[in-house]
Amino acid sequence: MSGYLTGVLVVLAFNVMAAYAVYLPMAAGQLNLGIAGFMAIGAYASAFLTNEYGWSMWTAIPLGSGLAGLMGIIIGIPVLRTHGIYLAMATFALGQVISAVFLNLEVVGGAAGYPVSDYASPQVVWAAAAGVVVLMLYISRTRFALCLTAVKSDATVADLLGVSVRGMQVAAFALGAAVAGFGGGLYAHHYNFVEAQHFNVLLSVFTVLYVLFGGTQTVWGPLVGAAFFTLVPELLRASDQWRYAVFAAFIILFMAVRPQGLVTTSLMTLFRRRRVTP
Amino acid sequence: MSAALSISGLSKSFAGVRAIRDLSFEVPKGRTTALIGPNGAGKTTVFNMVSGVYGVDAGRITVNGTDVTHMPSRRRISTGVARSFQNIRLMSHLSVLENLLVGQHVRASSLAALLTPYRLIPNHRWKREARAALAESGLEAYADETVGALPYGVRKRIDLVRATLAGASVLMLDEPAAGLNPSETNALRDHLRALAAKGVTLLVVEHDMHFVDSICENVVVLNFGEKIAEGPLSVVRRDPKVREAYIGTDGED
Repeated sequence: MSGYLTGVLVVLAFNVMAAYAVYLPMAAGQLNLGIAGFMAIGAYASAFLTNEYGWSMWTAIPLGSGLAGLMGIIIGIPVLRTHGIYLAMATFALGQVISAVFLNLEVVGGAAGYPVSDYASPQVVWAAAAGVVVLMLYISRTRFALCLTAVKSDATVADLLGVSVRGMQVAAFALGAAVAGFGGGLYAHHYNFVEAQHFNVLLSVFTVLYVLFGGTQTVWGPLVGAAFFTLVPELLRASDQWRYAVFAAFIILFMAVRPQGLVTTSLMTLFRRRRVTP
Repeated sequence: MSAALSISGLSKSFAGVRAIRDLSFEVPKGRTTALIGPNGAGKTTVFNMVSGVYGVDAGRITVNGTDVTHMPSRRRISTGVARSFQNIRLMSHLSVLENLLVGQHVRASSLAALLTPYRLIPNHRWKREARAALAESGLEAYADETVGALPYGVRKRIDLVRATLAGASVLMLDEPAAGLNPSETNALRDHLRALAAKGVTLLVVEHDMHFVDSICENVVVLNFGEKIAEGPLSVVRRDPKVREAYIGTDGED
């Protein structure tokens, strides 16, 4: 495999993990615009453990992910009291705050960045991304996922049917944060370098775009969205300087034609019916 | 006869306007009772207070002997009370079966239940139970349909099945017959009678007096948030206060 292709596929793997981190709370109707902050927590925490304590990345990355998840619970409980645009603003600010904290934290290199000793190969990154996809597919087959959909569709009715609306929202938010932290930890160990500037607003916003574009109704949406946003700009390389304009036009066109995202429940139903009827 | 639902001294104001004043009545276990009154009498407000969507200013609500007055709305379903909404509140982009599975939540909310990949297990007992409930109501053909695409009358009845699957012994129905055509109304009537025959207590808000007459043993009449009459419909409809409340609307005859 060429170095170029490997590089693109590694980026795809990171984008897929990030997309699912945003998708989980979104499946419960919550927008997390601060996902980059949770990636930073996972990245810095795991890098710190491998660098300073000589931990292996196999334990450091899951622990960084767990820490990001724990922060998700602690931060999610107060932040998820807000709704709509206020939640978007709160999570947006949250991402900024986390990133700014690491930028000023000299123990992890501050603005100069933080080199990481242990190395995660592309194969490890791909396997991890595949693991995240499998985990998401599993979750989507459970009652937990059904509860998230119920909360998103009609929180009042879900509550009256006994679903803990806040509990589900916090769980989805924290689980998303843990996935983000996992991706962040791998990122730090694959590129052997972390800098706070990487985990900026654009990263959060783009990840939300992947998910909205792919569609939030089914578990396949984030995968398709991340793949589209990663691969299409590469395919458009031939058009050189026009590729960003062409790509943006693509997005606007698709969002106009499919406002619910590329992959929707009705599309999946259509596929399933085709499969049973020969 | 013991009461399935008991309301005493209930009051509620919105921005200084008294919506419910010192309201007391009981719904006997296993009976079908109607809550009637002109528009704005406070019928839906009573439902909202019993289900916990609104808090109460004063008074007490008990369901099957449990005081639910200050219980969080989420927990009330476990005392056996469920409700429907005037405008159907089903999750329209989910399938009928999935909507019913949400209805079972109160009986399947442990961590193990939440993490069971029931969708991967063919004929999982939750799905079996939901299909059986549908079949009992003659709705099995709709199991895999998306709710949003179904006729209004069918959706109203799926809403009922969902409440039954929650294990509700007291069902509050907000205008179940509104907007139904005659054959859908008949199907609904049969459905409600079947539920009543199983011992489910029903409290129905309804404007269609023929429908009320055909299923309810007792009616409670509200006007401006106060109870003005209570008893069998045939008696209540002759009450001068009730006739006065309905003047101009002619909802009685």
